[in-house]
Amino acid sequence: MIRKTQVPMREQDPRARIHNFDEVPLGYTPEEAMEEAKRCLQCKNAPCVGGCPVGIDIPGFIAHIAKGDFRAAIRLIKESNNLPAICGRVCPQETQCQGVCTLGRKFEPVAIGRLERFVADWERENGVELPRVGRPTGFRVAVVGSGPAGLTCAVDLRRYGHEVTMFEALHEPGGVLMYGIPEFRLPKAIVKAEISSVREMGAEIVTDAVVGKTFTIDDLFADGYHAVFVGSGAGLPRFLGVPGESLIGVYSANEFLTRVNLMRAYRFPEYDTPIKVGRRVAVVGGGNVAMDAARTALRLGAEEVLVLYRRTEAEMPARREEIHHAVEEGVRFEFLVSPVRFLGENGRLSGVECVRMELGAPDESGRRRPVPIEGSEFSLAIDTAVIAIGNRPHPLVPRTTPGLEVSRHGTIVATEDGATSRKGVFAGGDIVTGAATVISAMGAGKRAAAAIHHYLLDSTPPARP
Amino acid sequence: MYIIRKKQELGPQVKEYVVEAPLVAKAAKAGQFVVVRLHERGERIPLTLADWDPKGGTITLVVQEVGKTTQELGDCFGVGDALQDVVGPLGEPTEIDRYGTVVCVAGGVGIAPIHPIARALKGAGNHVIGIAGARTQALLFWLDRLREVTDELLVTTDDGSYGRKGLVTEPLKELLATRKVDRVWAIGPAVMMKFCSLACQEAGVPVTVSLNPIMVDGTGMCGACRAEVDGQVRFACVDGPEFPGEKVNWDLLIARLSAFKEEERCALERYRQLIKEATS
Ligand SMILES: Cc1cc2nc3c(=O)[nH]c(=O)nc-3n(C[C@H](O)[C@H](O)[C@H](O)COP(=O)(O)OP(=O)(O)OC[C@H]3O[C@@H](n4cnc5c(N)ncnc54)[C@H](O)[C@@H]3O)c2cc1C
Ligand SMILES: Cc1cc2nc3c(=O)[nH]c(=O)nc-3n(C[C@H](O)[C@H](O)[C@H](O)COP(=O)(O)OP(=O)(O)OC[C@H]3O[C@@H](n4cnc5c(N)ncnc54)[C@H](O)[C@@H]3O)c2cc1C
Ligand code: SF4
Ligand code: SF4
Ligand code: FES
Repeated sequence: MIRKTQVPMREQDPRARIHNFDEVPLGYTPEEAMEEAKRCLQCKNAPCVGGCPVGIDIPGFIAHIAKGDFRAAIRLIKESNNLPAICGRVCPQETQCQGVCTLGRKFEPVAIGRLERFVADWERENGVELPRVGRPTGFRVAVVGSGPAGLTCAVDLRRYGHEVTMFEALHEPGGVLMYGIPEFRLPKAIVKAEISSVREMGAEIVTDAVVGKTFTIDDLFADGYHAVFVGSGAGLPRFLGVPGESLIGVYSANEFLTRVNLMRAYRFPEYDTPIKVGRRVAVVGGGNVAMDAARTALRLGAEEVLVLYRRTEAEMPARREEIHHAVEEGVRFEFLVSPVRFLGENGRLSGVECVRMELGAPDESGRRRPVPIEGSEFSLAIDTAVIAIGNRPHPLVPRTTPGLEVSRHGTIVATEDGATSRKGVFAGGDIVTGAATVISAMGAGKRAAAAIHHYLLDSTPPARP
Repeated sequence: MYIIRKKQELGPQVKEYVVEAPLVAKAAKAGQFVVVRLHERGERIPLTLADWDPKGGTITLVVQEVGKTTQELGDCFGVGDALQDVVGPLGEPTEIDRYGTVVCVAGGVGIAPIHPIARALKGAGNHVIGIAGARTQALLFWLDRLREVTDELLVTTDDGSYGRKGLVTEPLKELLATRKVDRVWAIGPAVMMKFCSLACQEAGVPVTVSLNPIMVDGTGMCGACRAEVDGQVRFACVDGPEFPGEKVNWDLLIARLSAFKEEERCALERYRQLIKEATS
């Protein structure tokens, strides 16, 4: 007899957790993991593998867990994914591996993400095995940006034996994993552990290096790098462009989350960076970023947090688990509304005027386009607003690299393998696709590493020192 | 490691630092700034490049102590100590060209950031007139350095303790009325830049200012530094910090500078308390 439902994962009580930044789901015990693993049907065609952007041998690793051989399970995962503790926590599993799980047709799908997370955490406690570093080739590769795309590319380049230096604009590596996704969803200790593994594999990480400002990609080639991977992400915040958006109290999600996560403003004044959250907060948007901002606002002491989304719940791009957690914690949702202006008193935010929307014909993305209903305007009293309507590609590298082809959306034009219009320059992750997911950025970093490896083998080998 | 090589007091609560930052020194241009973080728990604060030495690998910063971070830098960081982070050079460089006669107006610590701009403008063949002003003589510094990079230098103090008594806008207005001025740069407190801009606008002379909104990353990632220029939202850290002064929404800029007033006060009080406990 197969369990119809997933083995539940213990979580912090919603009433307690809105007062702390500790992780919400607490993880499986070995027994729970083995019980969940036994639900897997070990399908011959294993559709789940096709649903995973990096093609992890899912039935394979689950079979090891079912037998209690966690070491074998993590080894198998790491053949295709070097950041399993992160992916297990933040992948939108319901639209990827678990979305196509055979078991999911009749019952709840196998909790693949939770199992992946379990073995990754088990490994961190029981000794991490680093991937083997390849024989030195003498080639030097620069990696720009240390988000999931850059980190994955660096690891694979080390496996091929190339020298790697990563350049990161901020003072800490990790990209969105560090500055965007909150501690209660992805503990920073985990990200740091992954980053130190990358260092232990011999990749050098240079922080405070803004490529395009401190030096350019052309400077890197002049310094003797043989190839460059650009994983500079989609870090440019979008605003609504409505009146009042510059009032004090209106933040971009990036500013709000960077202050809290990267700068630890939730521990102000012990840490120097401040954040100010009022009693009534409105978050505009419906993706993961919006959920993160809303749940962060609650933890910073807001009495009421309202998410304003211009479509309906069904269209929300956020992971289901995050929406569920947000609801449990008391975040409220207003669907089919859009802000038309922010209202202020003495330069500070005091309210927002919204208009109601209805869904019209589908747009290019296939989602029905929201259209404003005339005369439906209404106002809400708020003192903080967070704009979480998406991020655009960071323009610095494209702007300062002559000959690099850029799309009209500002993304770098690259092939599946990451090759760009510039010889020796490869790119992947959000800077190529626009804001996407951790696992798709990792997949891109991996494919680019392979392509860089072939590119280097085909070029003249460097003189051996 | 960003080691402090030299530290010097320029006036009450104003200090000059020469800091090792070879990559920044190599790439620096007039008008650009760095973001500095003192230590692991520190805030990222923007500071303008007042000078740099590509050969020696150092940059010069002039810092006015206005709150917790700048105060802590002044109290606790001496020669040989290292700053945790120095990132840059950030922002777009000043548009240096041969304009003809240019006036460079500096208010208070604005003397430091105007210095490399005046130097570059003079280097490009302009006739550079400098105006430097402060509340009182003790707050004036680098006048000798300014003389080197200007063709004429006018100095004012609010209280008349040095140079001409009054505000920098007065000699500026006179110059605009009596001489052919092709362009003006004005750097200093927001209010001073606002009034310089108004004067230039009346005289029909283009004016460039350097905006100093609160920043976090300084690389275009957060939008904290947004300012309204010509009715458009611009990010001062990547689109600026220099903008045409006559197009800046000054009231918004000034209002946004007070966004964290209470938190800043709390941080400074807590810091003073800690220092008191540590030294008593
Ligand atoms: C708040 C938030 C929550 C999210 N939640 C999820 C989630 O739950 N699940 C999921 O799958 N995805 C999520 N995402 C999306 C996911 O994080 C991104 O798709 C992913 O991080 C992209 O990886 P990347 O390596 O391409 O870029 P990034 O992670 O953005 O990293 C880019 C790095 O490059 C650096 N950089 C930029 N320009 C330069 C330069 N000129 N020089 C040097 N360095 C530079 C940046 O500082 C940054 O560190 C979320 C995103 C956000 C913002
Ligand atoms: C591009 C740029 C260049 C700058 N260059 C210099 C420089 O060369 N020398 C120098 O002394 N200062 C400079 N500043 C200002 C400097 O960054 C601030 O004084 C500093 O961040 C204050 O930090 P604090 O913790 O000491 O004070 P806080 O406690 O944070 O602030 C104290 C008071 O200073 C004001 N303030 C806060 N942040 C800023 C800011 N970014 N700009 C102006 N005022 C602010 C506030 O009104 C506040 O009331 C520059 C700012 C910008 C944006
Ligand atoms: S990496 Fe993501 S998509 Fe792939 S198996 Fe793990 S959770 Fe699923
Ligand atoms: S589809 Fe589901 S049940 Fe089948 S192998 Fe994959 S995880 Fe197991
Ligand atoms: S300081 Fe963050 S965008 Fe300018």
